[in-house]
Amino acid sequence: MTGARADAGAPALLVRGLSVGFGSKPGRDPLVDDVSLEVAPGECLAIVGESGSGKSLTARSLLGLAGTGSWLHADELSVGGTSVLGLSENAWRRRRGRDVGLVLQDALVSLDPLRPIGREIGDTLRLHTNLSAAARARRVLELLAEVGLPDGELRAGQRSGELSGGQRQRALIASAIALRPPLLIADEPTTALDVTVQARILDLFEALLHAGTALVLISHDLAVVSRIADRVAVMSGGRIVETGTTRALLDDPRHDETRRMIAAVPAGQPRGARLSAQDRPNRPAPGVVPGAVPAAVPAVADRVVLEASGLVKSFRMPDRSRLFAVNDVSFTLDRGTTLGIVGESGSGKTTLARLLLALESPDAGEVRVLGETWTGITERARRPMRPALGAVYQDALASFDPRLTVGAVLRDAAGSADRSVELLDRVGLGAAVLGRRPLELSGGQRQRVGIARALAKRPQVLICDEPVSALDMTVQAQVLDLLDELQRDLGLSLVFISHDLGVVQHVSDRIVVIENGSVVETGPTEQVFAAPAHPYTRRLLDAVPRLPAP
Amino acid sequence: MARLGGAVLVLWLVATVTFFAMRLVPGDPAEAVLGGPGSQTSPEALAAVRAQYGLDQPLPVQYVAELGRLVTGDLGRSYALRVPVAPLLLGQLGGTLLLAVLSLLLAWLFAIGLALFSTRAGRWGRMLGSGLEIGAAALPHFWLASALIVVFSSWLGVLPPVSTPGPAGLVLPVLTLAIPLAGFLGQLMRESMLTALEAPFVVSARARGESEGGIRRVHVLRHASLPGISLSGWAFGSLISGAVVVETIFARPGLGRTLLNAVTVRDVPVVIGVVLFVAAAYILMTLLTDVAQRIADPRLRRA
Repeated sequence: MTGARADAGAPALLVRGLSVGFGSKPGRDPLVDDVSLEVAPGECLAIVGESGSGKSLTARSLLGLAGTGSWLHADELSVGGTSVLGLSENAWRRRRGRDVGLVLQDALVSLDPLRPIGREIGDTLRLHTNLSAAARARRVLELLAEVGLPDGELRAGQRSGELSGGQRQRALIASAIALRPPLLIADEPTTALDVTVQARILDLFEALLHAGTALVLISHDLAVVSRIADRVAVMSGGRIVETGTTRALLDDPRHDETRRMIAAVPAGQPRGARLSAQDRPNRPAPGVVPGAVPAAVPAVADRVVLEASGLVKSFRMPDRSRLFAVNDVSFTLDRGTTLGIVGESGSGKTTLARLLLALESPDAGEVRVLGETWTGITERARRPMRPALGAVYQDALASFDPRLTVGAVLRDAAGSADRSVELLDRVGLGAAVLGRRPLELSGGQRQRVGIARALAKRPQVLICDEPVSALDMTVQAQVLDLLDELQRDLGLSLVFISHDLGVVQHVSDRIVVIENGSVVETGPTEQVFAAPAHPYTRRLLDAVPRLPAP
Repeated sequence: MARLGGAVLVLWLVATVTFFAMRLVPGDPAEAVLGGPGSQTSPEALAAVRAQYGLDQPLPVQYVAELGRLVTGDLGRSYALRVPVAPLLLGQLGGTLLLAVLSLLLAWLFAIGLALFSTRAGRWGRMLGSGLEIGAAALPHFWLASALIVVFSSWLGVLPPVSTPGPAGLVLPVLTLAIPLAGFLGQLMRESMLTALEAPFVVSARARGESEGGIRRVHVLRHASLPGISLSGWAFGSLISGAVVVETIFARPGLGRTLLNAVTVRDVPVVIGVVLFVAAAYILMTLLTDVAQRIADPRLRRA
C-alpha cells in the first residue's frame, strides 16, 4: 500500500490524451486517438461503441496490456492518483490484479479451461499476498459466496467448462475482485449471456459500485450499460465522440453515432419501425408506417404456411436418462407474418429449428409445410419441397466454406451468376463482394450474404435461428430492418428464434415462449408483452435491456 | 474390455502378416537352420530339417500350427541360434526399451526447451527455433549417428563410437533417436503454444499480475503439451523402428539388431517374436498415453 494510492479525493482513473496504436512509428495511425476519461471511486463509466471502435484496446491500455508491438502515448494516465505512465513490466505486474482488475467476455475461454476455477481465483492472491495455500482456499470460498456462487467447495474444484455461462462469469469476476482493486475494468462482461443471467451479473456489479469500486464498463449495447452506468462515453473510430451523464446522453444525444446507438435498441420499438438510420444506398426507403400490418391477408384456405403439432424430441444423456429438448410443441405460422420463438439457452430452441427444417426427425408429432406432410417421409420425397424453406443461422462465418468466394457460394445456391448479383442487391450488398471470401467480410456483411443464400431458392418461409445474436447493436439494427423489408417486399413468412426478448418483441407478430423444451406461453406480441401470463415470461421481460423511459 | 479385445486383434493381425510376409519372400527357411543362405548343404539334410520343423506341410497347416503355439505363449525355437525365442528376446528387450524411453524423455525436454525459447525470443529467435526444429526433424537416423560418431568420438574423443555397457555408451544412441523426434515435437509444441498465448485466459492471467514465466509455467505449457502427448504413443513406435538402425550402427545389443539379423537369415520364429514384442510394447504405450492425456486434460475425464 503506497501513500499515493490512499490519496483521498483522487479519481480512481484519470486519462488525458491517450493514444495507442501498433507499428514501429509511434504516433502513426492510432487505433485509440486522444482519449480522455475520468472515473471517481464508486462511479461507473460506460464506454460504448461498435466493434473496432477502439474501446477494448482502450480498456487493455489501462492495465498496460495493449499488446506486443504497440505504442502508447498519453499526457496523463493515473490509477488511484498515481501515474502509471512509463511503468516497467515488473511494476505493472505488481499493480495488475491489486490496483486494477479486468473482467473479459465469455469466461469459458477467459478462465483457463484446464484448471479448476478455485485455482484461477486463488492465483490473484498467490501473486500479490503471502497467504498460505489453506488461507487462500478459505478466501476463495468467501469470494465465491460473495459473487453469488453457493456450494463454494464444489464449485472451486470445477473447471469453466463444467459451469453454466452465468456461473463462470461470476467466477471470473471473483478472480478480478479477489484483492478488492479500487478500479475494475469489464470488457463486454455480459455479452453472450441470456438476458436473465445478464441482469444478475449487472446486479453484482452494482453491489461492487456501492462498495466503492470504480467501474469502467465496455459494451456495444447501450441499453445494457444504461442500467448501471453513471456516465457514458461513446467511442467511434478510436475517438470519444460524446460523453455525458447517462440521462443527459439518452435524452439529448448530440452526435450521430450516439443517435444511431439509441435508435438501434429494439426493445419497445413498434413492429416495422426502422432501427438503423442509414437507408439502403440504391433504393429509396420504403414508406413505412410504424406498426402497420405487413402484406395483405390472403384467403384463409392457404393462410397457414407452417404448422407444428405435438413435436417431441428427446436425447439420451450419458447417465441413460432422457432429456426432452422439445416437448409437445405446437404452433402455426400465418403467411406474411413473423412468429417469434423465445427462450434462454438450453431451452430447446435450436433443436426446434432443426425439426422444422427436417434436419432431425421428431420422436412424436408432425410438421406441415404449405399444408403438405413434411416430417415422417423420406428425404427423397421431401426434396421437391425443400425450396419452400430457407434457413439463416447465427454464425454466418461457420456456415460458409471459408475457401469459397461469395460468388461461388451464391452461384452454388442460386444456379446462375446473374441471380447471385440480383440476390446481393436484394440484401443491400453490391456485386463488389462477389469475389471476396467470408473472412474478408464484416459480421453484418456475412449475415447479409447468409440471408441472400437463404433467399436463393425463392422460399416462402425463412427459419432464422439467432440471426443477429453475434452482431453489434447497430449492425443488428440494419439486419433486422433488412429482414423486415424482405418480408414486406417478398411476402415472406418468418420463424424468428432468439434469446433476446427485445429483438423478438420488435420483429414478431406472435410469440411462443419456451422453457425447458415446453411452450409456457403463446399469443400476439402486444398481448404477451402487455400482460404476460406465465411467471417465466415475466422474468424474461423484466430482464430485457431497454433504455430508461424519458 | 473392448481395448483388451482390440489388443488381441492387433497382435493376431501382426503375427499373421509377419508369418506370411516371411514365407512369401523367396528363399528356404530350412537353410537358416543349417547355417544360413549360401551355406553348402545337401538336399537330404534340407529335407530332414523340413520334416523336423514341419516346413513340408502346406502353408495353411503351418499357419494354424504356428498360431496354436503362439496362443499357448510358446514362441518356438530360433532356427539359427537353436535356443528358445522367449528367453532370448526377454534378454534383449530391456536394452531397447531403455533406449526408447530415454530418447522419448530427452526429446520432450529438448522440445519444451526449444518451444519456450522460440516463443519467448523475438522474431529472429522464432525463426532460429523453427529452423532448428525443421532441420532436426528432417535428419535421418543413420546420417545423424555417423555425424555424432565423427564429432564426439573421432574429433573430441569423449564418447565411445560403439555402445559400451554403462551410461557413456548410451549417450550417442539416445541423442541419435531423440534429436529428430525433438524437432517434430518442438514444432507441434510451438504452434500450440503460440495459439495458447493468444487465448483470452492468458489475458486474464496477465491482468491478475502473472509474470511471463508464470503464464508459461502455469497455463500455456500444459495446453501446448496436449497434441504432443497424444502423439507420444506413435512416437514410441517410431523410436523402436529407429532402434533397428541405431543398434546396428552402434553395435548395441537389443531387439532391433536381433530383428535385423533374424530377417537376414530368415529366422521366422525370432522375427515373429520380435514383432509381437514390439506390438505389445506399442499397445502398452498407447494405453499409457491415454492415461497421460486424461491427467493433462481433465476435460477428457468427463466424456
